[in-house]
Amino acid sequence: MSALPPLNWGVVVFPGTNCEIETVYVLKELLGQDARTVWHRETDLSEFDGLILAGGFAHGDYLRAGAVARFSPVMDSISRFAADGGAVVGICNGFQVLVEAGLLPGAMLHNRSRRFLSRWVNLRAEASSSPLLSGLTPGEVFRVPAAHGEGCFFADPDVLAEMTANGQIAFRYCGEDGAVTDTANPNGSLECIAGVTNAGGNVLALMPHPERAAEAVLGGDDGRRILESIIRGARPRLARAA
Amino acid sequence: MNENETPRAAELLTPEQLKQAAFDWGLTPYEYERILEGLGRQPTLTEIAMFSVEWCEHCGYPKSRNVLGMLPNTSASVEVLVGADSGGFYLTPDLAVVMKVESHNHPSQVEPYQGAATGVGGIIRDIFTCGARPVAAGNSLRFGSLSDPYTRHLLRGVVKGVGDYGNSIGVPTLAGEVSFNASYTGNCLVNAMAVGIAPTDRLLSAAARGAGNPVLYAGSRTGRDGIGGCSVLASHEFGEGEEKRPTVQIGDPFTEKRLIEACLEAATTGWIVAMKDMGAAGVTCTTSEMSAEGGMGMRIDLQRIPRRESGMQPYEVLMSESQERMLMVVARGHEDDVIRLFGRWELSAVVIGEVTDDGILTVLDGGEEVAALPAQFLTTPPRYDLPYERPAYLSEKWAYDLSAVPEPESYGEALLTLIGSPNLCSRQWVTEQYDHTVQANTVQGPGGDAGIIRVREAAPLGVAVTMDGSSRLVYLDPYEGARLLVAEAARNLACVGAEPKIVTDGLNFGNPDKPDRYYQFREAVRGIADACREFELAVISGNVSFYNESPEGPIHPTPIIGMLGVVPDVNRTASIGFRADGDRVILVGASGCPGSLAGSEYLAVLHGVEAGRPLSVSVSDEKRVQCVVRDMVRSGLAVTAHDLSEGGLAVALAECAIRGRRGARIRLPDVASAEALFGEAPSRVIATVAADRISEAAAQLATAGVPWVDLGEVGGDQLSIEGTLEVGVDELEARWEQTIPSVMSP
Repeated sequence: MSALPPLNWGVVVFPGTNCEIETVYVLKELLGQDARTVWHRETDLSEFDGLILAGGFAHGDYLRAGAVARFSPVMDSISRFAADGGAVVGICNGFQVLVEAGLLPGAMLHNRSRRFLSRWVNLRAEASSSPLLSGLTPGEVFRVPAAHGEGCFFADPDVLAEMTANGQIAFRYCGEDGAVTDTANPNGSLECIAGVTNAGGNVLALMPHPERAAEAVLGGDDGRRILESIIRGARPRLARAA
Repeated sequence: MNENETPRAAELLTPEQLKQAAFDWGLTPYEYERILEGLGRQPTLTEIAMFSVEWCEHCGYPKSRNVLGMLPNTSASVEVLVGADSGGFYLTPDLAVVMKVESHNHPSQVEPYQGAATGVGGIIRDIFTCGARPVAAGNSLRFGSLSDPYTRHLLRGVVKGVGDYGNSIGVPTLAGEVSFNASYTGNCLVNAMAVGIAPTDRLLSAAARGAGNPVLYAGSRTGRDGIGGCSVLASHEFGEGEEKRPTVQIGDPFTEKRLIEACLEAATTGWIVAMKDMGAAGVTCTTSEMSAEGGMGMRIDLQRIPRRESGMQPYEVLMSESQERMLMVVARGHEDDVIRLFGRWELSAVVIGEVTDDGILTVLDGGEEVAALPAQFLTTPPRYDLPYERPAYLSEKWAYDLSAVPEPESYGEALLTLIGSPNLCSRQWVTEQYDHTVQANTVQGPGGDAGIIRVREAAPLGVAVTMDGSSRLVYLDPYEGARLLVAEAARNLACVGAEPKIVTDGLNFGNPDKPDRYYQFREAVRGIADACREFELAVISGNVSFYNESPEGPIHPTPIIGMLGVVPDVNRTASIGFRADGDRVILVGASGCPGSLAGSEYLAVLHGVEAGRPLSVSVSDEKRVQCVVRDMVRSGLAVTAHDLSEGGLAVALAECAIRGRRGARIRLPDVASAEALFGEAPSRVIATVAADRISEAAAQLATAGVPWVDLGEVGGDQLSIEGTLEVGVDELEARWEQTIPSVMSP
């Protein structure tokens, strides 16, 4: 496979975000990208080819995960960035923020166990229309860590039907063999949904953490393939400007 | 104290009223006399409050310090860090590791969620106050019987409290233990540990220096929460008829996370002269101890301290244990820079005073002086050599006749009962509530013999941490039990390929004023000290928690050992699950250990007996076993390694089978017996070696002079021990997994 395009990533940090250091590390040190953290009060995102909203507990997640973060100054700029076709990726808490901000459909509920859950899970890539996922084969299984308390994805039946029809389901929880079953569902998500995209396919989010599974010594590097696909599928700044 | 009194009125109490206030806050008549004598005058009410917290066991260690002097705080094998608030050592010339354990037993018993959460918050602050980034957390939790509904309430609250706090601040929880014993029924134990890593040029001191340097207060505002937490709540037994809930603090991990980032950023600027977190005894502790450590004084004004409620008396501000607060001494001229830096993290920082060179901690409340105490005197409580006496129960327990213990009708059933018993069953229900992969450095999470993280700045170097407690063996023999505990912690590290370096000890005991409890404390500390010397380990930090008693009696004496070791290459470690069919299973160490059922889980679970005289550990034998296991792991010869501890050989084999999802065919070297299967002799490890490398292993073991035996091979879906038992791995796993969820989950 050809070398990854050298892109410049902004890793968005709200007060309470806690996965920014390893996200920047993986992008820069393992994937040859340029990356820096973006504080939630910044509004000029013009230097970036893509954005990642990292995991954590933005603003303490006190009201509801992501509920306060949507009012952070950076959010308007992120919305415009997405509207221009830029890649916006939410991981874990980033997923919750993007849903609260209306950049992704659906809603996020507490895990059905009502407990925080930290566990390696299997994800199955779905037949998605998103360019960010074009490097993955539908049906391919990825083993990555999940760690969240509010990861139970929910959507109204009509929203879900539309998402499914549009190819907006990115990943589902599954067993080692790729079978999507309730036993493989760690948090009670609707139809085992673990990741979704917007209709345009340039906004993607998933609950598990691919950045924590980018090196074999940490228990597996399946997450790296997900990140590589995202990098290849992101539309660079110059291409969008043209 | 009447809340409506003005501060001035409160200071105008009669000498008798002042003395009574001192006693109410936990000072003794002797201590009060010492204060009068030392000051040469009557103390103010505010000053009495300050003495009451600084001289309590939690801050000043008056009843333990003489005994703690036995512990070795240096060792030939490590370069120990000096001058930091938490102890540590130099991992490389450029990187320091700090580590500390702290108890939050009493608050957790009263309010499990907040008690445990603030325990985590406090220990994490102890780490970043040194300029170190917290990289790993651990905890040791001990409760009464799992069948007791109140135990389940405590377990649920404590685990959620630990999880919510640690998860929010993004520190992986890698090590720990959960244990159940009736002695903890009215007094649970919650010990939290944290590990941090700092570039050596960013380490921060806690010593105030430079007269005229401003003193800054940063973080959360001060409220009435936690007043007397250390002196009143943690310094008495439970069951003395008070409602103690208001003394428990409330945690805010969101503020803590911002404090971590702001403090670590501040550590890079060179503007910070000293930093200390406000834990027990809050403002009093930080101002007095930073002053004393630097040989300086401070002049602070309480009116400048941000409050979350109005009408607080000076003593309340000084005693409050409100969480997420830091005190800093800043190089003069840079106070606005530091305030701006904290402001960027949306945290308040304010100047509350300055460092003085008179050695006096002067406390103003607006224009009025409410305290003026020599910092050195305030932070030097009397030290007591308390009377001690060998507990009466020991002789009786030692006389227990192990040879009269009947063999079980079925060894297979006995194994299933043990593997499903509360102390040996799966901890997944607990550990899954803790984020153990955040920071993307976790090489091995909870559930193995030790947690391992990569040190990214020095990869492939890593560190391994374990947290082990012992209660039954220490109860049955405080000295030998403590030595066995240190040996086991070191063995856990050896099994993942790590060389142990430093120890932090959490010492949980009963009322030290009772001579039999004090004997347990003294002997256990002596045991830890001797074992650490023999293993060349430095005890770099620790914590003492006394008064762990309820109306039902004292807890079993419970030292907790947090131990950290170095892994030269994180690509060369071992875990406990069997890896491949055909691998040889070997027992490294002695087989057939007479007397090893003493104090065992087998006796407790199958016979309801806690008795016998624990074996003594030979540290030289133990070191030989650990050394060869560590070498075999590092060279890749041993692919699985698992220490033998509670439940003995059979339980260790079952754990290897469950975790590896494959069985084994085993032949015992001795006649099958409960002792051979479930005895808990130390200095033993199960390892697996590829069949074609068994002669290589044999040669290495022979050179090391370590006894060993080839037990059989990995394979199949049964754990079978020839002529003794045959149990399906699925059945073992089912029994192991269901115990806690079946009583905790909806």
